[in-house]
Amino acid sequence: MSSEKIVEHSEAATRFNKDVERVNWHDETLWFVREKRDKSAHQIPDWELLRETASQIKNNVLANMHDYLSDFEANAQKNGIIVHWAADAKEHNEIVHSILQKHEVKQMVKSKSMLTEECHLNDYLADKGIEVIDSDLGEYIVQLRKEPPSHIVLPAIHLKKEDVSETFHEHLGTEKGNFDPQYLTESARRELRDTFLTRKAALTGVNFAIAETGEFVVCTNEGNADMGAHLADVHIACMGFEKLIPQRKHLGVFLRLLARSATGQPITTFSSHFKKPRNGKEIHVVIVDNGRSTQLGRPDFRNSLKCIRCGACMNTCPVYRRSGGHSYHNAVAGPIGSILAPNLDMSKNADLPFASTLCGSCTNVCPVKIDIHDQLYKWRQVLVKEGHTPSSKTIAMKTMATVLANPTVFNLAGKSGRFVMKNIPGLVNNKMNKWYDQREMPEVPEESFREWYKKNSRESKAKKDE
Amino acid sequence: MSSKAEILQKIKNSQPNGIADLPNLNVLGSDQFDVLEMYKTVLKNIGGNPVEVADYNEVLTYIRNNYPLEKRIISTLPELSEIALLDWTNDDPHSLKDVELTIIKAHFGVAENSALWVTDDILGQRVAPFITQYLAIIVNKKDLIPTMHQAYDRIGDQEYGFGTFIAGPSKTADIEQSLVLGAHGARGLVVFLMD
Repeated sequence: MSSEKIVEHSEAATRFNKDVERVNWHDETLWFVREKRDKSAHQIPDWELLRETASQIKNNVLANMHDYLSDFEANAQKNGIIVHWAADAKEHNEIVHSILQKHEVKQMVKSKSMLTEECHLNDYLADKGIEVIDSDLGEYIVQLRKEPPSHIVLPAIHLKKEDVSETFHEHLGTEKGNFDPQYLTESARRELRDTFLTRKAALTGVNFAIAETGEFVVCTNEGNADMGAHLADVHIACMGFEKLIPQRKHLGVFLRLLARSATGQPITTFSSHFKKPRNGKEIHVVIVDNGRSTQLGRPDFRNSLKCIRCGACMNTCPVYRRSGGHSYHNAVAGPIGSILAPNLDMSKNADLPFASTLCGSCTNVCPVKIDIHDQLYKWRQVLVKEGHTPSSKTIAMKTMATVLANPTVFNLAGKSGRFVMKNIPGLVNNKMNKWYDQREMPEVPEESFREWYKKNSRESKAKKDE
Repeated sequence: MSSKAEILQKIKNSQPNGIADLPNLNVLGSDQFDVLEMYKTVLKNIGGNPVEVADYNEVLTYIRNNYPLEKRIISTLPELSEIALLDWTNDDPHSLKDVELTIIKAHFGVAENSALWVTDDILGQRVAPFITQYLAIIVNKKDLIPTMHQAYDRIGDQEYGFGTFIAGPSKTADIEQSLVLGAHGARGLVVFLMD
């Protein structure tokens, strides 16, 4: 992905919007998930208190990250877990590869891990001759299609059942034209069962790592993380260091919030606590930085590290719903992705904080109270100051500032604008004018407000004088 | 410098100063409801099947009436030895691939989300509740608690190698948000609520 030229969000969104019916469907599907979240949240009288509590716990984690990480490592090691540290994506991939090499593993089964997407682990391992199969159904579908996930919780949300049917027909030999989700899921179940039974290594993500006990928790609905981990000789769990929470009892708060915020379920089907490996087997935890310590040092943006990856901000975002996850060209899409991505690479991701209306809905649904829309706004300032925004935008803004700051220029600009739009509209209503892309230009008024006011205030004054 | 030392040093330099105290959790989870009724309602909503029983005899009867006894049924409970195998807990976990029904007992159940807490000492094998086609879990009615806060109070510093909350059958909605039960784990879950 890194070698490809990145298509900016606005351009990718334009392409996504060509199929109106499909965009409407995408929009409605995600809004449906958002509504399920609301319904579920409203059933909990303590909901707002839970959000506040979760936020405070995460603030405590950010302020004590160093000590909690040290505790986690020491306690995990006491439990017999092997702990690794990776400064960046490259080191993460090398560590995973070295573990697989040691065990002479050529095939691995993986459950959902956005971190390995961030690190492009699959491509790295493929180059080393190691086959990785993603076992989450949504990830399995997009992997067969050679696409990245478009949503952190619902990886194949951009696809219709007809697309999945086509993909499975091609790769699994399912009946052509059979779109039944039950039938398609059953086909994948059979295929992947054989995968689970034959893989010696399983990789999973981590939802929460507990400093106090050295255990970690993985949440799934399908049971795929457990099927992989409990049948393999080696379980590798990869986590960004921000997944830490202080104590086991804090899981009570986060497990109440996570699934309700994500899909409206009261909890995921499985919330598995891995503390010790089975007899004679191995559990490895890879703790990854990859820019997170830099983000932790940015006072305006460090709160983004509180994220528990529920996806609620995406489901509610009017821009995400109508542009699709792939338009964000980042492992994590949507509002939260747009505040994480510029930290990873400012110039590559400079477009993302602008992919928002700043409506604030993301902030309102965030279960750990991240000020997402404020951070989007603040990133814009940083990106402009550091010269990462297109010069056309900067020039336009500067011109506008000059015009707005000077009444004479403003007057003149208004007059000539009205003249041009009335007499030579083609000069404005053309492809060069981005504003005109999805809009008709307004009808030209006869006079400006200023002119109207001057006239009327004089008339009313005259009336009063009578 | 190793990556570990380097990462920890960077974190130490970056993490915010100032005090951010841990919040009080005791104010949470005071929701008032009938735990048994809530448990049953939530379980049904997520695709599980609650069955109230007086004793193990009623469990045996239910299983005889609802599952194919000629297929492989395993359990960790000696009370069910008439219908289930008990001698599988030290086998290679892969050998459980043909299990039709696994019957286990949970430490307790949580009413707000119908989750049942199980740990490896009562699972027989970690993979047992996942690899089976169907799953049945017994829980005492007196072991139903309202919310996850009481759940972690109860777990406390319990020692385990592996523990999991199980809420309903394995499921997915990854194809156009259509709910399908039986993704990779059990296709169905019966919870026996025992007096």
